[in-house]
Amino acid sequence: MSILLQQLANGVVQGGLIALIALGYTMVYGIIQLINFAHGEIFMVGAYGSLATYTWLLPQGIKDSWVLSLPLMLLGGVVVAVVIALIMERFAYRPLRNAPRLAPLITALGISVALQEAVRTFYPDATSALRFPRVFAEGNLALGPISVPWSGVLIIVVSIVLSVLLQVYINRSRMGRAMRATAQDPDTAKLMGVNPDRVIVLTFVLGAALAGVAGLLYGSYITNVNIDMGFQTGIFAFTAAVLGGVGSIRGAVIGAFIIGLVKTIGGQYMPGGTQYDYVWIFVVLILVLVFRPQGLFGEPERVRA
Amino acid sequence: MSPLLEVRNLSVAYGAIEAVRDISFTVEAGQIVSLIGSNGAGKTTTLRTISGLLRPASGEILLEGEPIHAQPAHAILGAGVAHSPEGRRLFPRMTVEENLQLGAYVRKDDGVEKDMQRVYDLFPVLGERRHNKAGLFSGGEQQMLAMGRAMMSKPRLLMLDEPSMGLSPIMTQLIFDTIKELKEQGTTILLVEQNALAALALSDQAYVIDLGRTTLQGPGHELLADQRVRDAYLGES
Repeated sequence: MSILLQQLANGVVQGGLIALIALGYTMVYGIIQLINFAHGEIFMVGAYGSLATYTWLLPQGIKDSWVLSLPLMLLGGVVVAVVIALIMERFAYRPLRNAPRLAPLITALGISVALQEAVRTFYPDATSALRFPRVFAEGNLALGPISVPWSGVLIIVVSIVLSVLLQVYINRSRMGRAMRATAQDPDTAKLMGVNPDRVIVLTFVLGAALAGVAGLLYGSYITNVNIDMGFQTGIFAFTAAVLGGVGSIRGAVIGAFIIGLVKTIGGQYMPGGTQYDYVWIFVVLILVLVFRPQGLFGEPERVRA
Repeated sequence: MSPLLEVRNLSVAYGAIEAVRDISFTVEAGQIVSLIGSNGAGKTTTLRTISGLLRPASGEILLEGEPIHAQPAHAILGAGVAHSPEGRRLFPRMTVEENLQLGAYVRKDDGVEKDMQRVYDLFPVLGERRHNKAGLFSGGEQQMLAMGRAMMSKPRLLMLDEPSMGLSPIMTQLIFDTIKELKEQGTTILLVEQNALAALALSDQAYVIDLGRTTLQGPGHELLADQRVRDAYLGES
């Protein structure tokens, strides 16, 4: 029983991390119908951006106190993630805006590989995993039989708070309205005076910023980073977005927590152990898509007049 | 002085198919101008090109003498041309209020609330249901909202594409009364209609478009009396 509870807690932590990344997939898809396969790598470069900030920019006095180093590393990681995402949108996706859908999709896969190789080549010693400092309180939160590292608690809290803030921003603000309008009917949004480029750039920026936050939280929780982390976690996040209904904010978050729980519970109890946890995730995805192709919270594919 | 809108020798093509061929017309400030003609004549294509959703193959579109045909759609709305598109194209998963707020998206002044109230005064049913999702509305209510939304940008030129399509005769009458009222309040209107009788009765100037060309033009009441128009578009033969 205590193992089950512990794995549930671990699953929620993983789900929170996946949620922060899944939001970027689902927002970009909602606006330009692109599965941005390079989004996992934005998460990865965000983590390396945080680590680089720690390694080369922070003086020892600040490194000794996580209260000071955490916000500065967060800033460094988010800036790197956002800048890379902006370059990617401007020079890779925008020229292909009116190309057949397959072209930007293949481009996204290409960028994904390119970013991994760029970090491997240019980041010192990135050929193997690098140690990442635990820039949060040491120790665990103990709740009866469950014990969750404080850095895991941080992931849960931050992911839920940011998801709610994002949802409020999209539902209430003027730019959020413009985003929803563009997602529902891009031509009519233009007739309202909405500049599609601005909406698309904002979408990439929001997604990348959340991925950058996730990069730091991941590093601090796992205490090491490697260039494959974006691919692995990106697959989970993409699956979460599809499971929840791609384009839906709420769906991505709920999908992410389901994936996190299936991963840890499946890894604990199903044959094959953690080596096979991917399998159960995709089994759940297939089952959901068979019975509900639009995902849990997705709108059925609409036909435009 | 330049007319508010002038379309000169406009041609628009979808790939190899020319939907609009060498159309010219002008809209003077304060007028209601109609483009009438049968289905597929190129009226909707003409409006979509004016509002910047399509690019002309050749020809010019001038707003007060300034060419706008190379500008993106959002900039053309910003220049004062609002377009209520064919099929209304509301944002179905947004409320009435959100649709109206999007209509006023480019406005920075503080009169938005007041203008929203004006739309609710004009169409009380919208005010009563301001927090309901637009996708749940009847055709007539959707048309009211589409017109209200287009008015929210305070356009100098309001383009209405088939505002009476699919509406009951009573609702059609209400929509045409509203168009007349908008004109009296000083809005210039470019109207595309299959309901030629109602459109001509209302229009200061009208153009008959057939297979992508302008075939006849004149004041609405003259075209209404023209035997060729009556034969072709008013169901008499």
